[in-house]
Amino acid sequence: MNSQKFTSPILEARNLNIYYGTKKVVKNLNMKIGKQTVTSLIGPSGCGKSTMLRSFNRMNDFIDSFHYEGEVLFEGSDIYRSKIDVTEFRRRIGMVFQKPNPFSSSIAKNITWGPKINGYVGDLNELVEKSLRRAALWDEVKDKLNDSGLALSGGQQQRLCIARAVAMDPEVILMDEPCSALDPASTLAIEDLIHDLKKEYTIVIVTHNMQQAARVSEYTAFMYNGDLIEYGPTSKLFASPDEKLTRDYIVGRFG
Amino acid sequence: MNPVESPASAAKPNLFQNKRTLRLVKERVFFGIIFASTLLALGFLFYLLFSIFHQGWDHLSVDFFTNFPSRFPAKAGFKSAIYGTVWLGGLTLIFSVFFGVGAALYLQEMSPRNRFTSWIEISISTLAGVPSIIYGMLGLGIFVRFLDLGRSVLAGALTLSLLIIPVIIIASREALKSVPDSVRMASYALGASKWQTVRDHVLPSAIPGVATGVILSMARAMGEAAPLILLGALTYVAFIPGSPMDSFTAMPIQIFNWASRPQEAFHDLASTGIIVLLGFLMICNSAAIFIRSRWGKRL
Ligand SMILES: Nc1ncnc2c1ncn2[C@@H]1O[C@H](COP(=O)(O)OP(=O)(O)O)[C@@H](O)[C@H]1O
Ligand SMILES: [Mg+2]
Repeated sequence: MNSQKFTSPILEARNLNIYYGTKKVVKNLNMKIGKQTVTSLIGPSGCGKSTMLRSFNRMNDFIDSFHYEGEVLFEGSDIYRSKIDVTEFRRRIGMVFQKPNPFSSSIAKNITWGPKINGYVGDLNELVEKSLRRAALWDEVKDKLNDSGLALSGGQQQRLCIARAVAMDPEVILMDEPCSALDPASTLAIEDLIHDLKKEYTIVIVTHNMQQAARVSEYTAFMYNGDLIEYGPTSKLFASPDEKLTRDYIVGRFG
Repeated sequence: MNPVESPASAAKPNLFQNKRTLRLVKERVFFGIIFASTLLALGFLFYLLFSIFHQGWDHLSVDFFTNFPSRFPAKAGFKSAIYGTVWLGGLTLIFSVFFGVGAALYLQEMSPRNRFTSWIEISISTLAGVPSIIYGMLGLGIFVRFLDLGRSVLAGALTLSLLIIPVIIIASREALKSVPDSVRMASYALGASKWQTVRDHVLPSAIPGVATGVILSMARAMGEAAPLILLGALTYVAFIPGSPMDSFTAMPIQIFNWASRPQEAFHDLASTGIIVLLGFLMICNSAAIFIRSRWGKRL
């Protein structure tokens, strides 16, 4: 079932149970994410993909009814129990949300704000250019860096959010259905970007689009109803899944 | 095939009875009623404005702004009242913004959800509905007597601040509530603390709403006479307050004083005072609209 045995995973969930109130939405889940891999989380709506993703940078903490059992390890140390500074590892694990959410401030400030509050001492102008180039947005916005981030199109906004995450020099980037609010052209642009980014970062991406999972990721995990049903190399999972449930989902029998 | 002639539609009984005329009549009647009530309200407003301008316009001169009040209507001016209101307004603005917006930030962004918090929330909504004269009594007891501030501008400003802080809290909380959570999440995901998130993203986005609430409640406070009279603000002041501890008068108090004199000439002066006060409040309201549209565009 869980075929991935990375020897030094960058992220790992151990016997993780997540509850919202009394409702259990992640069930005794074990999963290792390898360094510098792109991993897709797929599964029907409501199966716990976003919840699982948010547990990797503790964004579930903001949900009042959230509680958990088990461990989540980032480079071997438990981000929930040990005394690491929450804000410090959130710098090292970036996140891109389903709906583009740039700040209303200028494009440049969207990039520089995070590094600034985290004590960045390098050249901020350089960082703006580098990050926007990294997110394939520089040419489109270089003449309007002082315009509001909200003045951009949806696809540009999402690339700005990726640039904002990249500017923090993270090790991991978590993406929750980053293309679901975008048109096909912007979706392609972002998929290209993910291809490009995977040379430097570990990427975990939630998607309900199986073609997308097949296109961008090396590993795919299929979740169903809070369980991790199957997790393996993307080509294997799509071509010859071990579980009947996975096969049924992939051929579109439900979901 | 022509769909109109299809046997199915020919056999269909008509289940919709339109009653077109009746609906039209009802609409007309309803429209007439609301239009008439609007006209009535506007009529009273214009009558009021007309009679005030009719009585007060002649006295509106430079002298009115530069003279202190006097026993002689011809020499009486509004200077000490205007300066008093400016002093009161400045101090009230400082206190009410500091405590009102601070409390709103605490309640909306920081406080734990528990019984104590909801008790505070209920108390604030209740306080927002308490008549202003009660605040006057409170101010007299606490600021004038207990804290021994006397009948000073400071005591007056603190009392007016108490009066409007509940409203500012409620308006500011609404403004904070309307900032989408996605902004907070974006900020936290970058490793920001709660305070950094609120300071740099939530509060700036809420500024138009907060400013509107502050300015409108300031306008209300500047029009209040009752609590200040209860505090013992003076009605005859022939000097300008030089410090927060000086005694004072204010526009609504001076207007009240003139209106309650027996001589007709003073009644006209009261109308002139009302014109100036209305002008002052209109400037406040325009500022609120201006801030709203300026910031609205930026966001
Ligand atoms: N904030 C929340 N409070 C309570 N229940 C939630 C919350 N967010 C998600 N859930 C529930 O948890 C389950 C998993 O949700 P989610 O992780 O968003 O699924 P997915 O991303 O796979 O669609 C769903 O049943 C959903 O209704
Ligand atoms: Mg989701």
